Amino acid sequence: MGRFQYTFPRWTNLILPMVIIVGMTAPLYVAFMVAWGFSPATTDVGYMPSQPVPFSHRVHAGELGIDCRYCHNTVEYAAVAAIPPTATCMNCHTQIHPESEKLTPLHESYQTGMPMQWIKVHDMPDYTYFNHSAHVTRGVSCVECHGRIDTMETVYQHERLSMGWCLECHRDPAPHVRNPDLVTQLEWGWDMGVAERLAEGDHWLSANHLNPSQDCSTCHR
Amino acid sequence: MTTMPVDNTTEDPRHRSPLVLGHVEFGTVTEEICRVNEAPKPPKAWYVSLVISALAAGMLLVMIGYLILTGVGVWGNNNPVMWGFPIVNFVFWVGIGHAGTLISAILFLFRQKWRTSINRFAEAMTIFAVICAGTFPGIHIGRVWLAYWLFPIPNQMDLWPQFRSPLLWDVFAVGTYFTVSLIFWYIGMVPDLATLRDRSNTKIKAVAYGIFALGWRGSMRHWHRYERAYLLLAALATPLVLSVHSVVSFDFAVSQLPGWHTTIFPPYFVAGAIFSGFAMVMTLAIPAREIWGLKNFITMRHLENMNKIILVTGTMVGYAYGTEFFIAWYSGELYEKFAFVNRAFGQYAWAYWIMVSCNVAIPQLFWFKKVRTSIWIMFIVSLLVNVGMWFERFVIVVTSLAQDFLPSSWGYFTPTWVDVCTFIGSFGLFMTLFLLFIRYLPVLAISEIKGVMPAADPHAEHHEPADALGEEVQE
Repeated sequence: MGRFQYTFPRWTNLILPMVIIVGMTAPLYVAFMVAWGFSPATTDVGYMPSQPVPFSHRVHAGELGIDCRYCHNTVEYAAVAAIPPTATCMNCHTQIHPESEKLTPLHESYQTGMPMQWIKVHDMPDYTYFNHSAHVTRGVSCVECHGRIDTMETVYQHERLSMGWCLECHRDPAPHVRNPDLVTQLEWGWDMGVAERLAEGDHWLSANHLNPSQDCSTCHR
Repeated sequence: MTTMPVDNTTEDPRHRSPLVLGHVEFGTVTEEICRVNEAPKPPKAWYVSLVISALAAGMLLVMIGYLILTGVGVWGNNNPVMWGFPIVNFVFWVGIGHAGTLISAILFLFRQKWRTSINRFAEAMTIFAVICAGTFPGIHIGRVWLAYWLFPIPNQMDLWPQFRSPLLWDVFAVGTYFTVSLIFWYIGMVPDLATLRDRSNTKIKAVAYGIFALGWRGSMRHWHRYERAYLLLAALATPLVLSVHSVVSFDFAVSQLPGWHTTIFPPYFVAGAIFSGFAMVMTLAIPAREIWGLKNFITMRHLENMNKIILVTGTMVGYAYGTEFFIAWYSGELYEKFAFVNRAFGQYAWAYWIMVSCNVAIPQLFWFKKVRTSIWIMFIVSLLVNVGMWFERFVIVVTSLAQDFLPSSWGYFTPTWVDVCTFIGSFGLFMTLFLLFIRYLPVLAISEIKGVMPAADPHAEHHEPADALGEEVQE
């Protein structure tokens, strides 16, 4: 035995079991972190930036019942659902609340011709391709991805918009499709029972021959 | 302590040849092996080789950095040869590791006592070779920062690795191999680390070795549990000797490319892996026993035994080369026939014949005992086998990809300077780790070597020579 026989105090006996415990739980921790910590459910859902004008979707789309397509008028024909130009707002706001201070940026934009700087809420990565018209015309309602916009004072991200979330619907679309004529009726279907809703979805799946693709190149072009 | 020139390579059926020369006492064994770690200064050769190796390892890091910042275009990999040097090097390094596991696990279970002198650093070689091997798939995936996609971790994309792909099986095979080898190596080292701890002359050494010795006191209970654990780990590691390179061979065999799609691949790869691994053990052992004076432990008999294994496995590999040709002809399959004729006589014929001469022809020299016991010849042969086995992987990967079904998509693979520097750098990493191991960890299994000495056997006088030198016993 050497000169350093009693180098380690007694408590060091605890280190080894602790190292073993940590070593065995670390992989679980990493898996948990990647699965939930990095998930958009944690990082993105609830994103609610304040816009230059406190535009209320609750008032316009909910109480006043303006159809989504009045402003987002390209949604049925194009990949992108257009953000309306200032002129669309001024169709009404030359008459309604023309003097309101809250609308000052709107009036400035109208007079100078510089567009409003709306802040994008639902921002998809550049490497994904998403087409609004492909979904809307096949009976996927706005509400499936955007939530009850008609009840939101300020719009926020309601769904994860992650790849896994897209695939959930592409793999099992029945709970998410409806009559294409009703896609902008955000309040439709909430009072239905589960079985009834599924039957409705199945009906429109077969009626419109829907068979969503799951190939990589469908979204990553 | 005397070092008499003893020839322990002779076969005398009356008694076993001694495995340890020049010793009759346990104490001198400990002294001689610990001297490698405890000498105030390591030999000059150690410094020189460490500097060279560390520079090469640094070059590997620079090359990887350059690759990550620029992209895989810096390599020669391109259509149609998408798998160039990285996969060649991966298979080469994984293969080398196999000898360590064979020596430490299979030879242990078969009670081959001569393994005790070489198992420790053969296992170290395994660990370091697998580290080098693991580097290549990691960096060749293109986007290195997504390397964790190799593992099936639940994620927001609902995206999983392809469980039907051998490339994923590889991740598990090599991961398991590394884990088990590391634990096996470490558990086997614990008693020897305790020896170094108890002999340490500075507090830093005592603490460092003390942490890894896990409080080993050498009590009967410690030894009992140690022996149990070692046996169990040997049993666990044994299937890995066969499974890991079998799975690596599936990377090729499961695809439908002529020259790859053959059922002989798993046994052929395993034989080749053990062949190349033993060659690497020889390449490392021959200089190490000279420089650190370990000739009493790694005796000529050990080297001769390993040469015999090289002869056997080399012949098996040669047989596999022949079988491939026979089956290609016997199958009557046009593309398969072309693939093999093209290997031997096509644009990569130079690589093919380097492979055949180094792997099949040259090891046949080991039929002669003079050659098996000549240090210089066996060292050169071991180096040539390493060269040959690297070229085997090159031939398999590159020739099949470069010219397959469609002549319109044929090509010729040329490595870039980055390919070459990365490959040389991986040797730097390997040697740096190995040199550090020799200096700071017990290089031979001290406690196990004592177990194969006559002094360990209380009844030695009754049926074995009285001393280790193989003299006649006076009954």
